[in-house]
Amino acid sequence: MPGARRATPRRKSFYGTPPPGVSAADLKGHLIVIEGADGSGRSSQTRLLTQWLEQNGHATVNVGLRRSTLVSAELNVAKRGNVLSRTTMSLFYATDFADQLENVMIPAMRAGFVVLADRYIYTLMARDLVRGADPEWVESLYGIAPAPDLVFLLRVSPRRLVQRNLEKNFELDFWESAMDVAISRDRFDSFMAYQKMIAREFTRMQEKYGFYPVNGNRSPTAVATTIRNRVAELFH
Amino acid sequence: MQSYRQSSQAQEAVRSGVLVAVEGLDGSGKSTQVYLLKRWLEIEGYRVFFTEWNSSVIVKKATRKGKKAQLLTPTTFSLIHCTDFADRYERQILPLLRAGYIVLADRYIYTAFVRDAARRCDPQWVRNLYSFAVRPDITFFFRVPLETAVGRILAGRPKLKYHEAGMDLGFSSDPAESFRIFQGKIHRAYLACAREYDFDVIDGTVSIEEQQQIVRQTVMKRIDLARFRRRA
Repeated sequence: MPGARRATPRRKSFYGTPPPGVSAADLKGHLIVIEGADGSGRSSQTRLLTQWLEQNGHATVNVGLRRSTLVSAELNVAKRGNVLSRTTMSLFYATDFADQLENVMIPAMRAGFVVLADRYIYTLMARDLVRGADPEWVESLYGIAPAPDLVFLLRVSPRRLVQRNLEKNFELDFWESAMDVAISRDRFDSFMAYQKMIAREFTRMQEKYGFYPVNGNRSPTAVATTIRNRVAELFH
Repeated sequence: MQSYRQSSQAQEAVRSGVLVAVEGLDGSGKSTQVYLLKRWLEIEGYRVFFTEWNSSVIVKKATRKGKKAQLLTPTTFSLIHCTDFADRYERQILPLLRAGYIVLADRYIYTAFVRDAARRCDPQWVRNLYSFAVRPDITFFFRVPLETAVGRILAGRPKLKYHEAGMDLGFSSDPAESFRIFQGKIHRAYLACAREYDFDVIDGTVSIEEQQQIVRQTVMKRIDLARFRRRA
């Protein structure tokens, strides 16, 4: 095994004001994000990339949505009951994000880890925006987030997404079909329309946030190779 | 779709109801005053609804857990309270305002402004968080000298709660001392807010009866109460 390559530290920055007590200068490690819809292959790619990073001697920490100690259990209950209004839901997710940000991501980055995020603020913002949130409100809310070193966006056609989702559970998830938005009472129609709306928000964000789009309609191995090659550049 | 942030039109639509908030330090007497205001309005036969800070059923469990295990940072403390507020706002405050109620709020968004500022959250960030909420028609601020408020709390409750005393901020390892410093910061932030948001300042050192009289007179002067009378 080749010796672990030390990454050239890149200056970190925050989208807005960092949380109290945090300074961008303290963040040493890397933050890599994989974004994409359910069924875009995100989880497999996160796993493959983690394995590759560790193989190359980079200590890696995984984070994702709804994994905070603070509110993940309560969020699951709220999701199941569909009882929260949209601002409340946004803020609940933001709380979940902030908890992981301050208790996992920032400490790990201070210690020089690679933080690999399976979804990040972009999914949260896109969900809020298609539900009519004010863009300024959402951007300010997530101003506490550090800008990642790399953001991969797995692009998969809605047609393929629906097939992959059905292969997994033979059912389309209530939230991935955005039944709360009441686009259509038909779950298939709703899923297709919602995924297009989300994809449109991602396209809008792509330039602003510098996403690296990856064609996710290919085999997992081919996608993983594309991702690795790009990540490898980070450590040169 | 309607934006989270209230457009001026949305603000207008809300105006079939009326919102009265009370703010002040712990121990300023505001809860007593809003209770008496509520009783008066109820007995007189008006449509009235009362809501208090930090009371959303769904969010409460998470807040309690976070506080108990001391898991909260200033940011998550701020966000979880805003989540709690949003739940009450979307579920009750806003629909009731639109339906033509007098809504009385024991603490409103200004409580978050002053507490989160004392915890060193960015003030602009906090104001933006709460920008979906309508401004109250009247905000009563019960002003008492810092020592009076702190003295009332310390005399009545021998054991201060961890966050209540601001122990998470590391001002002092003595809860009473920490509480005093924390309340001092909140007190100064309140005075700044009172100017910025044009609070109706009530002297919290005069008798309960005198304060209540001023509160009721202000309400009568500024709100067309006849609009809120219940049909017999």
